[in-house]
Amino acid sequence: MRSTPMTAKAAPAMSLLQVRNLGVQFSTQDGVVYAVNGLSFNLDRGQTLGIVGESGSGKSQSVLALMGLLARNGKASGEALYKGSNLLDMPADALNTIRGNRMAMIFQDPMTSLNPYLTVERQMTEVLQFHKGQDRASARAASVRMLDAVKIPEAARRVTMYPHEFSGGMRQRVMIAMALLCEPEVLIADEPTTALDVTVQAQILTLLRELQRDFGTAIVLITHDLGVVAGLCDQVMVLYGGRVMEQGSAAHIFANATHPYTLGLLRAIPRMDRDAEHLLAIPGAPPNMARLPKGCPFCERCALADAHCRDVMPVLQEVEGAAATLRACHKGVPVVQAMHSAREGT
Amino acid sequence: MVFAKKDDALVAKLGEAIEPALHGRSPWAAARTRFARNKAAMFSLCLLGLITLACIVGPYLLPHAFDSADWEAMSQAPTWKNMHWFGTDESGRDLLVRALIGGRISLMVGLMATIASVSLGIAWGATAGFVGGKVDSVMMRVVDIMYAVPYLLIAILMVTLLGRAFYLVVITITVFSWMDMARVVRGQTLSLRSKEFVEAARAMGVPTHRIIFQHIVPNLLGVVVVYTTITVPGVMITESVLSFLGLGIQEPMTSWGVLIHDGAQVMEVSPWMLLYPGALLSTALYCFNYIGDGLRDALDPNDR
Repeated sequence: MRSTPMTAKAAPAMSLLQVRNLGVQFSTQDGVVYAVNGLSFNLDRGQTLGIVGESGSGKSQSVLALMGLLARNGKASGEALYKGSNLLDMPADALNTIRGNRMAMIFQDPMTSLNPYLTVERQMTEVLQFHKGQDRASARAASVRMLDAVKIPEAARRVTMYPHEFSGGMRQRVMIAMALLCEPEVLIADEPTTALDVTVQAQILTLLRELQRDFGTAIVLITHDLGVVAGLCDQVMVLYGGRVMEQGSAAHIFANATHPYTLGLLRAIPRMDRDAEHLLAIPGAPPNMARLPKGCPFCERCALADAHCRDVMPVLQEVEGAAATLRACHKGVPVVQAMHSAREGT
Repeated sequence: MVFAKKDDALVAKLGEAIEPALHGRSPWAAARTRFARNKAAMFSLCLLGLITLACIVGPYLLPHAFDSADWEAMSQAPTWKNMHWFGTDESGRDLLVRALIGGRISLMVGLMATIASVSLGIAWGATAGFVGGKVDSVMMRVVDIMYAVPYLLIAILMVTLLGRAFYLVVITITVFSWMDMARVVRGQTLSLRSKEFVEAARAMGVPTHRIIFQHIVPNLLGVVVVYTTITVPGVMITESVLSFLGLGIQEPMTSWGVLIHDGAQVMEVSPWMLLYPGALLSTALYCFNYIGDGLRDALDPNDR
């Protein structure tokens, strides 16, 4: 069965970004590793998609594929249509007119994402001069305005400074400002707050939300923090072992998660209102991508898994009664939820 | 936009008002300050400057020519008389002038061969690092082979076939001293290529050649500068060795290496002939090494 994108029904017109059956393969010495398989989603203007999963679940590789930034031994399959043109088979020149201009990306570690030998001004104006053909003075003015928009105090002065003169949170703001300079329609944020401390995290997320409101940017947010997803995203996609486990509207999935993995992730969030002595982790470790089981990738760590789970790959399909939600699990929704509530009780 | 158009002027004006007092300090400026604070390095820089200046203008100010004999003072020990401050050689040529002229040659060979070998090394190493793959392997095997070639043998061969000339010395030294730089630059390029800011630049749609010149080259400079100051003394020693073996600069022209060679032959009767040129060469080499050390400390980003 084909995985039907959930927003296709709500918005029959063509979406800003349509990803169909995206796959990423790496040819390594141990053979071909399938890092991402069958990823599909639609993203409209002003929407936020959260991609959630543990380390190595293929979150980052799927968006790097969209930006044409895969490592040399990586190859993307499927299609990713930005306004109807496929990003995956676009030549580098054409891609360079979209990257940074119509689609921009924020990286995880702000400490290393800026060139230490160039002033912030130089790094920001470079983008504008290249994409918009602006002269130095107007590029500079636009950079200062954008730094102001991301709430860097004294932007006009700060712009002449070097990255090492900024704190981590401020560097991430600079990265966000840089990404937004050309007012892109799609912003990809690869764990934008992971390297920052909690208070700064909150500021950055608020900032992203405000900027989305002001510019109408569509955001793809990669994170392993479900709290972030709950606060920011319209849709969620839960990845495990390079496959989609569950996908749907954020509100629905948080209220009615139906996949054992999603439930495990939700349970693992430390909460203030519960006096649990231990952090509730999902037992086991993330899978080795070179040696995935034949069946469901999560079967080794799933409490409900049986022989059928191990041998047959579950298909991503609509949940009965909740058409906008997709899940890939052999077990029925009642079985999974019964297990979950039994665990919650203990 | 978040700001209205009319705010542009205001923002700009505000910027100008604050500008003169507050400006970003580049890593280069920070390195300069750290270097200036390093006493040994600054002293070496001044001393080297003095030696260079003396080599350039000294021969014009002194009354003797480097190739004319003073028949009244042959093998003269250092003396105030007749201004033979460093003494004279067995033909009565003033050693001070000869040492300064020799310094010109030695420093020039050092400079030219260093520029040539550094340029070659950067081009070679950067290409190998950027292109990678098979090209990289082939280019680095060439470097390995160059390391294995005994340079003295080749130098003797070249001198025998082509005769002794200044440019040959420079070429010989260059050919055998660019490999270190190539290796260092290649390694640095490899690590820079996978740095996040390079990836970020790619994600911003910056084309490859701009990434190389805007993002990679400035980050290479620190290493290159440090390595260059280490290359200079190496090159000068090689020049001395070649000259000492009689393969380098030809009489009556001279270099520090030639003077040391001549001095060593008469060191029992006229020790000053060995002492003064030797002292000059070692001082210059020490200076280069201290400057190199100072630069390395100043440019080390881990120390920031």
